[in-house]
Amino acid sequence: MILVNAKSLTKVYSLGEIKVEALKSVSFEIEPSSFISFIGPSGSGKTTLLNLIGCLDKPTSGTLEVSGRNTADLTREEAAAFRGKNLGFIFQDFNLIPVLTVYENVEYPLLIVQNVPGEERKERVHTLLSTVGMIDQKNKYPDQISGGQKQRVAVARALVTNPRLVLADEPTANLDSKTAFMVIDIMRQMKEEFDVTFIFSTHDPKIVSEVETVYTLHDGVLTDRKEGKGGRHV
Amino acid sequence: MFKLTKIAVRNLSRYKRRTFLTSSLIAIGVMFVLVFIAASGSFKYIMIGQITDSMLGHLQVHKRGYVASIDSLPLTLNLSAKAEEKLENTLENIPEIEAFSPRIKFGGMFSNFVETTNIRVNGVYPEKEISTVPLFLSRIKQGEKAIKEGEILIPELLANGLKTKVGDTVVVIATNRDGSVNGKQFVIGGIIESVTGPGGRDGYMHINDSMEILRMEEIEISEVAIRLKDFDKLDAVSNRLDGLMSKERNTEGKPIFDVQTWEKLSPFYNVARMIDVMTFFIKLMLIAIVLVSIMNVMIMAVFERIREIGTISAIGTLPKKILSLFLIEGFSLGVIGAVAGNTLALVIIFLINLVKITFNFGRQSGLVLSPSLNISDILWISVIVIFVSVAAALHPASKASRMEPVDALRHV
Repeated sequence: MILVNAKSLTKVYSLGEIKVEALKSVSFEIEPSSFISFIGPSGSGKTTLLNLIGCLDKPTSGTLEVSGRNTADLTREEAAAFRGKNLGFIFQDFNLIPVLTVYENVEYPLLIVQNVPGEERKERVHTLLSTVGMIDQKNKYPDQISGGQKQRVAVARALVTNPRLVLADEPTANLDSKTAFMVIDIMRQMKEEFDVTFIFSTHDPKIVSEVETVYTLHDGVLTDRKEGKGGRHV
Repeated sequence: MFKLTKIAVRNLSRYKRRTFLTSSLIAIGVMFVLVFIAASGSFKYIMIGQITDSMLGHLQVHKRGYVASIDSLPLTLNLSAKAEEKLENTLENIPEIEAFSPRIKFGGMFSNFVETTNIRVNGVYPEKEISTVPLFLSRIKQGEKAIKEGEILIPELLANGLKTKVGDTVVVIATNRDGSVNGKQFVIGGIIESVTGPGGRDGYMHINDSMEILRMEEIEISEVAIRLKDFDKLDAVSNRLDGLMSKERNTEGKPIFDVQTWEKLSPFYNVARMIDVMTFFIKLMLIAIVLVSIMNVMIMAVFERIREIGTISAIGTLPKKILSLFLIEGFSLGVIGAVAGNTLALVIIFLINLVKITFNFGRQSGLVLSPSLNISDILWISVIVIFVSVAAALHPASKASRMEPVDALRHV
């Protein structure tokens, strides 16, 4: 079964009377358990595409199915519930909730979004924090840990709900090279361990070198698709 | 809900100074309102107590139509002996009634044999009157604190105007209901002060003397003043008594008796009402303070946390949970303000009672202000504050919950 199926996907933004075509009839298919990156210069439409796949936005035309569900049909509430159940997000700026500890940040989607019972919740959070190497920092607040540690916590938060798909928008942009490689490596491990698909939006060559498939976007048009070096890991 | 509350409280503690200032503002507002309610309530009840316990009683029963003509003290609208007996039987069977005092009221001429002036005379049974209006004796400024047959207690105004003093002989002349004039000599037994100022012209004598002046063969009562065991049951007893007495009809089928509370008989009731109106407006001001401060702080909270709202929305938090999160923050601010305000108010009221602030009212001096709060006052103000806090947070919370995650995440 195809996990993401985009057909003639177009997204037009209106800025007053000016219309900006952020995506122009983009079509692609993504299989489950993939490690994929969309690359391209700024303004090429990478983030717009990730927003559409993440049900944060709706296409102007074309169809987009994620896990067999047409995202255009989802109401606000349905989209939120769909995201909570099926998707994980990793952001460039980590976007951890500052008033919650590392443990509570990872616990949040299980507690508030999925209402997972206490024991199971505890077990899943501990497993994920151990996997990303943050269990010993679990009682710290986001402002007490480094950027790399924040992103590892964000990875754990994205995966704690057992999503089928994780969307990572420039996840290494605010990290140094060493930390970036460490985070990428963790994500690759997660992909192997939890059989989850990662889709990146990036122009970081470190990620590009690690993914299985690289899609290139230019001015909203999908111009290239090639196998990445990361394919050898599969 | 507990999980959201935990996060909401953490969010409030994130901006400690702002939360402290906002809840302090609410707390001070709550404190002022409660202290005002307690102090004005104390003032009001002291005043009501002075009027009802010195003169009026809590309730009065007249013959229907008497109150409308009360200025002329019409003897033709007195209750007959038979009606009075029925009334007394009824009153004795109501357990909430502590005492009652039948009175004969009439207008007459008062003379010290040199000068003459008019007087309003109250003929009373001394023991019943003192049981019904227990502060009555404290109004006697000169002379023995008693009402004896053959003696009259005259108001201060008359004593000063006619230069009479305790022990002087005077005469009271009055016209009875048949139009014949009669007079009787009295010794001034005491000088009595008015409750609310120097304008009173009410004198007191034994009811037997009144009957003699008015040549009554059997007693005819102008009014019966009633004292309750519990003032708070005024309306309930009034309604019950009214229900019982309304069954008594005259030959034309119209009710004989008219039951009225002190509120309908004293102009001070309007002052009491004004205090209530002032309290209402003070409460409105509190609502405005809470509304503005909570709305302000919540709008700022939403504006500052747009990206955070985008994040929690992106990871699947339903809009209704985001709405709840901000409403709980408003609710928590209201609760903190209400609890702190109640505590401050109780401390200040305790201190006022400790200091014992005194004031004068009319001719009464040294009345002690004794503010106190009912649990219902505290609960009502707390409920108002918390409700307004949630209502004030509603608009910002709704805005947060309706935010598009894609726009919120893009916010810088």
